[in-house]
Amino acid sequence: MKGKDIISILDFDADELIDIFELAKDIEGNPEKYRDTLHGYVLALLFFEPSTRTMYSFQTAMARLGGASLVFSDTSKTSIAKGETLGDTIRMFDGYADAIVIRHRIEGAAKYAADIAEAPVINAGDGTHHHPTQAVIDLYTIWKYRGVIEGLNIGVLGDLKYGRASTSFIYGVSLFKPSKLYLISPEELRLKEEVKSDLDRMGVDFVETTDLEGSLKELDVLYVTRIQKERFPDPAEYERVKGSYVVNMELLKNAKEGLMVMHPLPRVDEISTDVDSSPYAYYFKQARCGVPIRMALLKLVIIGDKNGCR
Amino acid sequence: MDVDRELLVRKIKDGTVIDHIPAGSALNVIKILGLPRGSRNRMAIIMYTSSSKMGLKDIVKVEGLELTSKEVNMIALIAPTATINIVRDYVLVKKERVKIPELIEGIIKCSNPNCISNQDRETAVPKFRLVSEEPLILRCEYCERYTYKKDILRQFGIGR
Ligand SMILES: [Zn+2]
Repeated sequence: MKGKDIISILDFDADELIDIFELAKDIEGNPEKYRDTLHGYVLALLFFEPSTRTMYSFQTAMARLGGASLVFSDTSKTSIAKGETLGDTIRMFDGYADAIVIRHRIEGAAKYAADIAEAPVINAGDGTHHHPTQAVIDLYTIWKYRGVIEGLNIGVLGDLKYGRASTSFIYGVSLFKPSKLYLISPEELRLKEEVKSDLDRMGVDFVETTDLEGSLKELDVLYVTRIQKERFPDPAEYERVKGSYVVNMELLKNAKEGLMVMHPLPRVDEISTDVDSSPYAYYFKQARCGVPIRMALLKLVIIGDKNGCR
Repeated sequence: MDVDRELLVRKIKDGTVIDHIPAGSALNVIKILGLPRGSRNRMAIIMYTSSSKMGLKDIVKVEGLELTSKEVNMIALIAPTATINIVRDYVLVKKERVKIPELIEGIIKCSNPNCISNQDRETAVPKFRLVSEEPLILRCEYCERYTYKKDILRQFGIGR
C-alpha cells in the first residue's frame, strides 16, 4: 500500500481493509512498538474547511508514530477563486511532505490533489462526496466489537444525499456483502442516483424507507448521521422531519439484542443522551478507533508493510 | 455562381464532410470541434436540407482539414447520427459513423457547480466516463456525479 492514494473507500477491497484492521488492532495492543515507526517523516495536513476533530485525529496519529505534521488551515476563503490556487498549494507541500491529508469543500479536490502530488494523498472529506478514513474507522468498529461485518442488517439514518460520512460508510459496508441495507431518510434526503447505481452494480440488497421505527427491529447496526436544517428549503419541513429521527431509549426498546448504534460525531440531538449509558451505544468506542486506524493508514501509505524507522 | 461556392457546396478536394447531423445542430458541431481553425479551413454549413433517412439534416464541410476519429467522436454527444467522410483529391477515402467515446475529456462541463473541474483557476480538465448512450449519461471522474444530455444541450445553448 506504500504510495497509495486514499480518495474513496472503494480504493480498497475487503481483504485490504481486514489487513488494515489487523494492523490497527496490533497498534492498539502494542503502541510502544510503533513509537518510532515514522520518525523522520513529515505529514502535511491541508484543511480548507474547518474540522478540528479530524485534524487533531491525524495529528495525534502522526505524533504517536514518531512523525511530524505540517498544519495548513485556510478556512478564511469562501471560494478558492482567491489567493493561491489549490494546485500550487499542493505542489508546494508535495515538496515538503511524505504524505498529504486534504479536506476541501469542493468535490473532487482530493483526486485532483492526488493527480498533482507525488506523495500519497488521503482524502479527509471533499464536499458532499467521500470521507474514506471515517469509513475505515466505522468498519473497524464493527469488525472489532462484532467480530464480523458480512451478513449483517445495516441501517443508515439521516441525510443520505449530502452526507459524505454516510455515503462512504454505505460503500464500505457494501464491500462486505451485508444481508440488507436499510437506507432511512426523509424523501428529500435520499441517496444520490449515482450511489444507488453503484450499489446495484455491487449487487447489494438495499431498501429506501422513511420508517425508522419499522426498520429498527431488523437491524444489527444503526449508523446515525445528522440532518442539517440548511438542507431543507422549507424550515417547517425540517422541524417536522427532525423529530421523527431521534434515537432514544424509548425507540430502542424494540431493538434487537446486540444492536450497535453508531455515529461519526459530533452529534447534536439525533441521539439522545439517555442512550449513552446503554449497551447499544458504540459511538464513543467508535471515536476511540480514529487514532489507531489513522496510524495504520499513515504507516501503510508512507512506508508500506515494513517495520520500524528508516 | 462562382467557383468557390460550387466547390464547397458540391464537392471538396481535401477535407472532412460531416453528414447526417440532426437538423439545427451544425453550429454546435462546429463549436465542439473548435472550427474554423485559422483562415485556411474554408467551411460550408448546410442546414435544414432534405434527407431520405432523416427528413431534415445538417451538413458541415471543412476543406483542408482531416478530422481524427477521436475529435469527431466528441460530436456524437449531440449528433449521434452523424457520419464522417474523409475526402482526398475529390475521392472519398473513409466513411464512418460517430461513436461516443468511453472517456470524454474537455469540451463538456460537469453538471455539478461544486466540482473541482468547474473551478476556473484550477487546471482540472473535465473528464467523464460514458455510463449509458441511450439515455445519454456521463459520469465525472472527479466528483462522480452524472451529467445528462439535457445538461450538455444547455451548455451549448440548446434548451429543451
Ligand atoms: Zn464533476
